[in-house]
Amino acid sequence: MDRTWNNKAWFMVLPVLLLVAFSAVIPLMTVVNYSVQDTFGNNQFFWAGTEWFEEMLTSDRFWLAMGRNLIFSGIVLAIEVPLGIFIALNMPKRGWGVPVCLVLMALPLLIPWNVVGTIWQVFGRVDIGLLGYVLNELGVDYNYVSDPFAAWVTVIVMDVWHWTSLVVLLCYAGLVSIPDAYYQAAKIDGASRWAVFRYIQLPKMNRVLLIAVLLRFMDSFMIYTEPFVVTGGGPGNSTTFLSIDLVKMAIGQFDLGPAAAMSIIYFLIVLLMSWVFYTVMTNYDAER
Amino acid sequence: MARIQLDHIRHAYGASPASEADYALKEVDHTFEDGGAYALLGPSGCGKTTLLNIISGLLRASEGRLLFDGTDVTDLSTQERNIAQVFQFPVVYDTMTVSDNLAFPLRNRGVPEAEVDRKVREIVEMIGLGDWAQKKARGLTADQKQKISLGRGLVRSDVNAILFDEPLTVIDPHMKWELRTQLKQLHRRFAHTMVYVTHDQTEALTFADKVVVMFDGQIVQIGTPDELFERPSHTFVGYFIGSPGMNLLPVTLDGRTAHLGGQRIELPGAARGGKGQIELGVRPEYVRLGRDGMPVTISKVEDIGRHRIVRASLEGREIAAIVGEDETIPADPHVSFDPAGINLYAGSWRIDLDGKGA
Amino acid sequence: MLELRNVTKKVGAAEHIRDVSLTLRHGTLNVLLGPTLSGKTSLMRLMAGLDLATSGSVHFDGQDVTGVPVQRRNVAMVYQQFINYPAMTVYDNIASPLRVAGKDRELIDREVRKAAELLRLTPYLDRTPLNLSGGQQQRTALARAIVKNAGLVLLDEPLANLDYKLREELRAELPRIFADSGAIFVYATTEPSEALLLGGNTATMSEGRVTQFGPTIDVFRAPADLTTARTISDPPLNTIVLRKNGRHFELDGGANLPVPDALAGVADGAYTIGFRPHHLSLRRQHAHAVSLPARVLVTEITGSESFIHLGFADERWVMLAPGVHHLDADDRLDVFVDTRHLLVFDADGRSVTGAPARLAEDA
Repeated sequence: MDRTWNNKAWFMVLPVLLLVAFSAVIPLMTVVNYSVQDTFGNNQFFWAGTEWFEEMLTSDRFWLAMGRNLIFSGIVLAIEVPLGIFIALNMPKRGWGVPVCLVLMALPLLIPWNVVGTIWQVFGRVDIGLLGYVLNELGVDYNYVSDPFAAWVTVIVMDVWHWTSLVVLLCYAGLVSIPDAYYQAAKIDGASRWAVFRYIQLPKMNRVLLIAVLLRFMDSFMIYTEPFVVTGGGPGNSTTFLSIDLVKMAIGQFDLGPAAAMSIIYFLIVLLMSWVFYTVMTNYDAER
Repeated sequence: MARIQLDHIRHAYGASPASEADYALKEVDHTFEDGGAYALLGPSGCGKTTLLNIISGLLRASEGRLLFDGTDVTDLSTQERNIAQVFQFPVVYDTMTVSDNLAFPLRNRGVPEAEVDRKVREIVEMIGLGDWAQKKARGLTADQKQKISLGRGLVRSDVNAILFDEPLTVIDPHMKWELRTQLKQLHRRFAHTMVYVTHDQTEALTFADKVVVMFDGQIVQIGTPDELFERPSHTFVGYFIGSPGMNLLPVTLDGRTAHLGGQRIELPGAARGGKGQIELGVRPEYVRLGRDGMPVTISKVEDIGRHRIVRASLEGREIAAIVGEDETIPADPHVSFDPAGINLYAGSWRIDLDGKGA
Repeated sequence: MLELRNVTKKVGAAEHIRDVSLTLRHGTLNVLLGPTLSGKTSLMRLMAGLDLATSGSVHFDGQDVTGVPVQRRNVAMVYQQFINYPAMTVYDNIASPLRVAGKDRELIDREVRKAAELLRLTPYLDRTPLNLSGGQQQRTALARAIVKNAGLVLLDEPLANLDYKLREELRAELPRIFADSGAIFVYATTEPSEALLLGGNTATMSEGRVTQFGPTIDVFRAPADLTTARTISDPPLNTIVLRKNGRHFELDGGANLPVPDALAGVADGAYTIGFRPHHLSLRRQHAHAVSLPARVLVTEITGSESFIHLGFADERWVMLAPGVHHLDADDRLDVFVDTRHLLVFDADGRSVTGAPARLAEDA
C-alpha cells in the first residue's frame, strides 16, 4: 500500500475517521461503561465489575438465544450458498437475458428490511395472507403465530428470498470472468458437467464465495428486523435471537447492565468470526 | 490420427450473408494429410482462427462439409470429433496436480486407472515435467502450463488431430525455442496431424511442413517454407513472409529485360502471360550491395547483430538489402539482383518466366 | 537527464529491483531487455514515480525527484494493452493531455495534427478507437504520449499485442518518431531482436539487476557477462565449458579449440565459451573454423535458412545455416565454429574477452 506517499491523502480520510468515531467508537464506549456498572435509575451508578458478564455467560437464556442464532445462520448458509451457485450457473452469460436476470436478481436486495418483514408477515397470515390461506386450504397446518416450526420456516424462507440474490450476483461475477478457452478445453477433454463445475467453475468462484459466506454469516448472525416484524420473537421464545433478546432486555426490562454485557459478547463473537474468515481468505490468497 | 478434408467450406458470422464480403471465410477446399504438420499463417482477421474453430467443432461452418478420414464430421460435437487443442493463453486445471491434469481427459473417458497411470508417466517425462508431476499446476510458469496443455492432447492415443491457436503468444523468447523444438520432436515421434494457427512467420515456417498463407478470408498460397520464400505466388506472401519482406519494383518488360526508370535488369527468362501492373519482386537476401550494378543512395543501416539491413533508394524507390556481419558497405554503393531470387508479378499474382522452372 | 542512483525496491521480503544505477540522456532511446519478471516494469514504475524506491534516489535534470508522485512529474506512458478513451475520437484522444494542461485551441490543433501525421493517423482522426485496428489503436496511444511533450516517455512492451508484421512496421518507424522529440525514451521488451532493430541503448535485466548498459550493438557484440550474453541472444547463445591449458581449450572427448591471441595471458582453468548460431556452420569456410562432432536433434526451416538443433555432450546448440537443409534426427556430423567471434567467460561468468575475441584479421 505504498503507492501514494502523498500526505494530503490523510485529509481525505479524516472525515470518515471522524464519522466512524461518532457513530461507532463513542457508542461502543458507552456500552462498555454500562456493562461494568449497575444502576437503579436516578443516574446513580455502582461499580459491578465483571458481574454482568458472568451472569450472562452462565444464563440459559443467553445460550439458548445464541444456539438459535447459530442454527439459523447454519441453515441459511446451507440453503443460500448452494442455491445461489445453482442459480448463477444457470443464468445466461450473454444476450438480452443478462440485464433482465440481473435486474430481477437485484430487486429483493433493494427492499428495506422492515418492508421485507412486513411483506412476509402479511403474505403468511392465515386469514388474509395469500401463502398462509392457500397452505391451510391445501390441508397444510401452517400458522407462524402459534407453531414454532412454521415460524422458523417463515423466517428462513424470508431470509433466503431476500439474500440469495447477493450470493447469485457475487458468483455470477466470478463465473463471467472465466475465459471461453477453459470451457472449450473442457469439451475437448471430454469433461462432464460436474467436472466442469468442480475443476473450472468452483476454483474460479472460490474467492467470491468466501466473501459471500462472510457477508451472509455476519448478516444472518445479526438478524433482527425481519423476525421482529413477523414473529416478534415468538411463539414463546422460539425465534428470539440474540439481537431480539438484547432489545427485550434493554428496552423492555431496562436491564441496561446485562444488556450491555451481552452486546459486548455478541460484538466480540462477530469480530472473532470475521477475523477467522479474513485469515482464511488471506491465506488462500497467499497460496495462489 | 486422421486426414482432414475441408470440402468447399465457407463461413459467415451473420445469419444471411448477402455478398462475398460478408464471409469471414471465403471458400476453402483443401486436405490436411494424415500425420502432416500444417500452419495457418496470416494477419488478424484473415480467417485463420475461424477455420481452426470449424475444424475443432467450436464453430459450425455455414456451408460445406468437414471430413475426418472420409467420414463426415460436420455435425459432430467437439467431444465426438476427438481432437486436442492448445490455446493462446495456457488452460490448465489450477487445483489439480500436473499428473492429474494429464490424466483428466483419460479419466473422463473411463480409461482403466492402470492404463491412465502408465500413459501419464510416459507423457509427463516426454514434456519434461517429470520433476513437477505431483505439484499443483497453478504455481507453474506460462511455458510449463503450455506443456501441460500439449500433454493433455498427447496422452490420448486415439486423438484425430492436435490444433494450436497461437500457443507461444505469452512465452518468453528463450522458452519459445525450447517449446518449438520439443513440439517438433514430439511430432516426429507420434506423427499426429497438427494444425498450428499463428501470425508469426518464424513460428509457422519452422513448425510446418506446409504453410497455408491466408489473407482476407482466403487462402493465398499453400507451400513448403522454401516455396513460400523463393516463389511467393502473390505479392502479399512476398510481403508477409521474410523480414523485411520482398522488395517490389514497378517495371516495364521487354523480352528478357525489365526496365526500372533508367535501369535495365536482365531477367532469367521471358515473362509469359499475366494482366495488370507488372512488378519485379526480389527479397533483400538476394539484393547484392557492391561496386557494380545500379547506383543507390543509402538512407539507413540497421545493424541487428548477425547481419545489417540496408535501406536505400533505387530510382526513387525504397529498397532493402541484407548485408552479412563481416561484409563491408562500399562508399559508392550499387546494387544488383541475384537472378535466382527474381520473381515477376502481374496484377499482384506471380507469372512464370520461360527458361526457368515455375 | 534521468539518473537512478543505487535504487532498490523491496516488496515484503522480495527484492524486485536490486541496486540499479543508470543515467539516461535526453533524445535517447533506452531499451530495458529481459525475460518476464526480470524487473522491467518495476523499474519503469520507479522512473515514473508510481512507486517509491526502498532505498536510493531518482534525479531528473539534476533535481532529486525521489518522493515526487507521478502527477507532478512530466511523464507519459504507453502500455501493452491499447489504452485509449473509447468514447472519444482519435483527435480528442490525442488532444486530451493538452486540454488537461489548459493549452489554447489553436496550439492543440496544431500539435494534434502534427502528431497524427507523424504516426500516420490523419485519415482516422474522426473515428473512435474501437473502430480501428490494433496497430492504429496503439499508434493513437503513442501519439498521445508524444503530444504530451513529456520529458520522459515510458513504453512497456508496446508492440507485444500486435501482429508480427505490424510490429515490424512500427518498430521501423519508432526510432524516427523518437528522433524528432527531445525526450528520454524507455522501452521495455522481452525480445532481443526487437532491441537490436530499435538500436539506441540497451540495459539488460536479470532478477532485478541491470547487468549491462550501453549501445545495443555493443552489448550484443561484447556482453560483460554470461547472463547478459544469454539475455541478448535470440536464437539462444550456444555454450560449452572447456578447460584452458596453455595454448588450447580442451574438453574430455577430444574437443580442442585454439586459444585466441587476445587471451594468451589468461590463467589456465575452466571457462565457458559462448558462440552464436550464425557462427556455427556445416562447412569449413575459412582458416579460423574449428570442427566439433555433434548430433542432429531437429531441423527447422525458415525459408532461406535452417535452424539446426544439435546435441554436443550435454549441451544443446542451435546452428543458423543459410539454405534449406533436411537433416535426419540423430545424424552425426562435424560442425565448424568460427573462432573469431568467441565469447569467453570465467568461472564467475565474467567476460574475459571484453571485446569479442578475434584471432589475427584475415589477410
